[in-house]
Amino acid sequence: MALDRSDVEKIAHLARLAVAPADCDRYAHDLSNILDLVARMDAVDTTGVEPMAHPLHMTQRLRPDLATEPDQRDRFQAIAPQTDAGLYLVPKVIE
Amino acid sequence: MQWETVIGLEIHTQLATQSKIFSGSSTRFGAAPNTQACAVDLGLPGVLPVLNREAVRLAVRFGKAIDAELAERSVFARKNYFYPDLPKGYQISQYEFPIVGEGRVEIVLDDGTVHEIGVTRAHLEEDAGKSLHEDYQGSTGIDLNRAGTPLLEIVSEPDMRSAAQAVAYAKKVHQIVRWIGISDGNMQEGSFRVDANVSVRPAGQTTFGTRAEIKNVNSFRFLERAIQFEVERQIDLITAGGKVVQETRLYDPDRDETRTMRVKEEANDYRYFPDPDLLPVQLDAAFIAAAIADLPELPDAMRERFQADYGLADYDANLLTAGRELAAFFEAVAQGSGAPKLAANWIGGELTAALNKSGLEIGASPVTADQLAGLIRRIQDGTISGKIAKQVFEALWNDGGDADQVIAEQGLKQITDSGAIESLIDSIIAANQDQVAQYRAGKEKVFGFFVGQVMKQSQGKANPQQVNDLLKQKLLA
Repeated sequence: MALDRSDVEKIAHLARLAVAPADCDRYAHDLSNILDLVARMDAVDTTGVEPMAHPLHMTQRLRPDLATEPDQRDRFQAIAPQTDAGLYLVPKVIE
Repeated sequence: MQWETVIGLEIHTQLATQSKIFSGSSTRFGAAPNTQACAVDLGLPGVLPVLNREAVRLAVRFGKAIDAELAERSVFARKNYFYPDLPKGYQISQYEFPIVGEGRVEIVLDDGTVHEIGVTRAHLEEDAGKSLHEDYQGSTGIDLNRAGTPLLEIVSEPDMRSAAQAVAYAKKVHQIVRWIGISDGNMQEGSFRVDANVSVRPAGQTTFGTRAEIKNVNSFRFLERAIQFEVERQIDLITAGGKVVQETRLYDPDRDETRTMRVKEEANDYRYFPDPDLLPVQLDAAFIAAAIADLPELPDAMRERFQADYGLADYDANLLTAGRELAAFFEAVAQGSGAPKLAANWIGGELTAALNKSGLEIGASPVTADQLAGLIRRIQDGTISGKIAKQVFEALWNDGGDADQVIAEQGLKQITDSGAIESLIDSIIAANQDQVAQYRAGKEKVFGFFVGQVMKQSQGKANPQQVNDLLKQKLLA
C-alpha cells in the first residue's frame, strides 16, 4: 500500500503535527515501507489467534472506588498560561 | 411517496461512582470549577490511568439487565481528536472489544404494541470536561471537573421506526439504569444524554438513507420534537431534489429546529488504537456473580407479576413499575390493604396528583404506604365511602395520623344504618313535594336532586348505594 503526499498531509493535520513540506515525500516513502511490511504480515494465517491488545500477558488491575485526590487546583493553575475564576482559559472555540 | 423513518440511539449514561473512571478525583456534581480535576484528569505528562472497579461492576449489571453477552475480555482504546475540554488529545473509550455485547430492550407503546429494540453494544469510557463559551470575550473557559467521569455508552441497533418508538426506548433505558442503581439518570445535570441517528428512506427500500446525528438532547420531549423536525427536514430536502448530508446537528428547543453543528471534514477519523496504558480487562465468573447477585427484579418481570398476582390492567402495571420506589410503595399498599386494584387506583390517582402538585417524588410522600393501606382498608370494609376517603386522604396528607383516627375524630364513619337513612329520606321527601311530583311524572333527572339532598344532609356520610336503593323504593312507593 502506497501513501502519497496528500495522505501524509492529512495524517499530519489530524495529529496536529507540523511537517515541513520538503519532508512530505520522504515521509510518504518511509510510511509506505512500513505499511508494506504490515501487508506482508497480513498474509499470515492468524485464524484462532487472539488479537494482541497489549504486549504484557497480564490483565488490568482494578482500583477501589474511593475519592482520594485532594483539591490542588491552585498548584495546577500556577503553571497554566491563563485562568480566571477557577477556569482554564483557551482561545475561543466556536462549535 | 410513503417514507420510512430509521432511528438508532446512542445513550451516554454517567455511572454512579464516587470517583472517576481512571483517577481518584471525586465525581460529585456542582463543585467549584476544576477543584475535582487531578493530574490524571488534566492529562499531565507521566500520569497513568487505573481503572475503577465499581465502573466495571456497574457495566456488568447493565449487561445482565438487558440480557446481553458480557465480554470475558474487553479492551480500552484511544479515540483521538482535539478539543480543549479533552486535555489528553484522546478520549479513553472501548472500540473493538466493548465490555457489553449484544442485548435487547422491550418497549411498549401507548397503543399497547410491543417492540424489541436491539442493543448493539455498551462500552465504558471517560467523559470530557465542559466548555463555557459565553462569559469570556475572545476566550473559552474550561472546567475539567467532569473530565474522567465514567460513562456507559449504550448503542442501539437502527431498529426504531418513529419518534414515539425512540422516546419509548430512551425512557426504557432510563428506567433500567435507575432501577438497577447504576446511574441517577439526572437529565438536567447531564447524567443521561441521548444522541439520535436519524435517516429516512422510501417505504420498501432495504438500504438505509444517509443519516444525520442529533447531539445531546437532554429531555424526552425534545428528543421527540427533534426527531420529528429532522424527519420532515430530510423528506422535504429529498423531495425537492436535494441530498441529506452526513453531519452532526444540534436541536434548538427555542426555535424547535435542528441545525448544522459541524460537517466533519474527517468524519469518524478517530484513529482508534488499543491504549497502551491499560491492560485488557478480564471478567471472571466470580466477579460477574458478585456484581449481579443483588440485581433487583427487573421492571418487565415485575410488570408481568403485578398483572398475574394482583390482577392489574396493562396500564396500571406499566405505570406502577415506572420506578422501583413506586413499585415497592404499591406492593406495600396492596399487601397492607388486601385490595390491590383499589391500591393501584389510589396511587395512580389521588396520590400521584397530590405528589405532582407539590413537586414531590414518591420517596418523599407525606402519606406513607402504611397510612394509605389503612385508608383503603376502611373503604374496602365500607366504613367510609370513596368520596369521604378523599377527605381522609387530605387530612393524612396535611396533618398525618392514621385513617382510623381521622375517621373517628372528624366523625366521618359512613352511615349504613338503613333506618337512619330512611328517616332522612322521609323528611326530604316530605319537604320537597314538588320534586316528588315531577319525578313521578317521569322527570328522572330529579332523582339526582334527591341524592344530592341526602348526601348534603348526611354530610356525605350516607352509604351511596343504600341511598340509591332506598330513594328509588320510596319515590316509587
